[in-house]
Amino acid sequence: MGLLQRFLTKGGLLVGDGAMGTMLQASGLEPGEAPEGLNLIRPRAVREVHQAYADAWADVLTTNTFGANRFRLSLHDLEEGVPEVNRAAAGIAREAALGAGREILVAGGMGPTGALLEPIGDLPFEQAREAFAEQCRALAEGGVDFLLIETMSDLEEVRAAVEACHRNCDLPVLCTMTFDMHGRTMMGTAPEEARKTAERLGVDAFGANCGNGPFEIEAIMQEMADSSRIPLIVQPNAGRPRLADGQINYGVTPERMAEHALRCFETGVRYIGGCCGTTPEHVRAAGEALRRAWDRRPTRLAPSEGIN
Amino acid sequence: MPRDQELAQGIIRGDRESVVRLTREELDAGREAVGILNEGLIPGMDVLGERFARGEAFIPELMAAAKAMNAAMEILRPLLEASGVESLGKVVMGTVKGDMHDIGKNLVCMMLRGAGFEVIDLGVNAGAERFIQAIEESGARLLGMSALLTTTMSRMGGIIEEIRKSRAGAGVRIAVGGAPLDLAYANKIGADGYAKDATVAVECFKGLVAALRTP
Repeated sequence: MGLLQRFLTKGGLLVGDGAMGTMLQASGLEPGEAPEGLNLIRPRAVREVHQAYADAWADVLTTNTFGANRFRLSLHDLEEGVPEVNRAAAGIAREAALGAGREILVAGGMGPTGALLEPIGDLPFEQAREAFAEQCRALAEGGVDFLLIETMSDLEEVRAAVEACHRNCDLPVLCTMTFDMHGRTMMGTAPEEARKTAERLGVDAFGANCGNGPFEIEAIMQEMADSSRIPLIVQPNAGRPRLADGQINYGVTPERMAEHALRCFETGVRYIGGCCGTTPEHVRAAGEALRRAWDRRPTRLAPSEGIN
Repeated sequence: MPRDQELAQGIIRGDRESVVRLTREELDAGREAVGILNEGLIPGMDVLGERFARGEAFIPELMAAAKAMNAAMEILRPLLEASGVESLGKVVMGTVKGDMHDIGKNLVCMMLRGAGFEVIDLGVNAGAERFIQAIEESGARLLGMSALLTTTMSRMGGIIEEIRKSRAGAGVRIAVGGAPLDLAYANKIGADGYAKDATVAVECFKGLVAALRTP
């Protein structure tokens, strides 16, 4: 059984990768430039970020496609490039994964449209679903192992994305939402409500990403852990950004990220990576701690073994 | 006055139809527009703002309330202007250059309009030159700037500096907001005001209006 199947059947650990956008910025991406455009014009820069995460022992490389849906790309006049951008991104991540000499999964990253769906906003549900369909088809064609719908706030948008994935490919669909307002999403969705809906929609694994840093997200994962039938994911950012000496810094060090990852592991989360501000060092530290914990975990006796 | 409470409740529930109906009924009954606004609608928005701050209301409730508020303001605005009630002020608003995120900024625009400000919305990706041009054209003395990304947030300081150096921008009061910002950051980059979310943005700009009047 491969890494993905073991995780999806709750029999395995996945160390996720960390941030893409903040890493690309460090390598010269201009503010305002679409990070997803680099898949076409500077694939090597994207590849280097993947490589750094592969070297840091991540089990998953997430494609550089967070904003590669029609609505986000249209802000950069790239909306007709959805298929090319996503296919290229999948190829770049796959290349880095294959070069690692061990099994690494490629996650097809899908972020929100950036618009509010009707009736709260103006975006019709069908248009959102069609945009996600277009993106997931291209990611599947590009050869990703699963789809990772991330940073969602609105359950209707989650539904649009999940339905699009289910109707357009056979890949597992994983999803995380961002609970950054008093422990709820900005649309007011509570973690348990979100998880239950995600399960009903047939999502294969669910969890939280981004948000207000690792400490707040721990409580959110605890809330979900007790009753979740599907495996859980957590990918926090490295705290809230701060300005010091003209530089933006995220407060959470790799060491603290590792401690946090362990606490999430103890609540039962089995796919643990990072969001904004996390680096290969964060992933390496968290991964080492997690793999030690995994090896030492108390293995429950199967019922047949318990009676003697 | 129970009608005011009904108006406020309509805003809190985001019940656009009943807010519009009550507003019309009150006007028909001879009530002044300014009374409906200040004693009915705005108190409703204030209550919702407090709920938002406590985590008891979220974006959908704010959006619905702001839409109800704006529907009422469309009826009231001409009457307010005719009776010589001036707008609270003109605000030039935009998401900063390099940033394409506008959910929060749009909400702030709606809240400000609902509260009686005139808003010139520059949309997303607005650099110093567009802010300056809008100030020149509109004569606005208030400016709001939003950023969602840490990269674009780090550009806000430079944009503020350029605006202040321009002839039209001198003395303009500038407020900033957006998820990654905080008060310390706003102070550091030389903003006059900081609003952590759309509900406090109204108070923030009211504060800046007062500051403009007492230099």
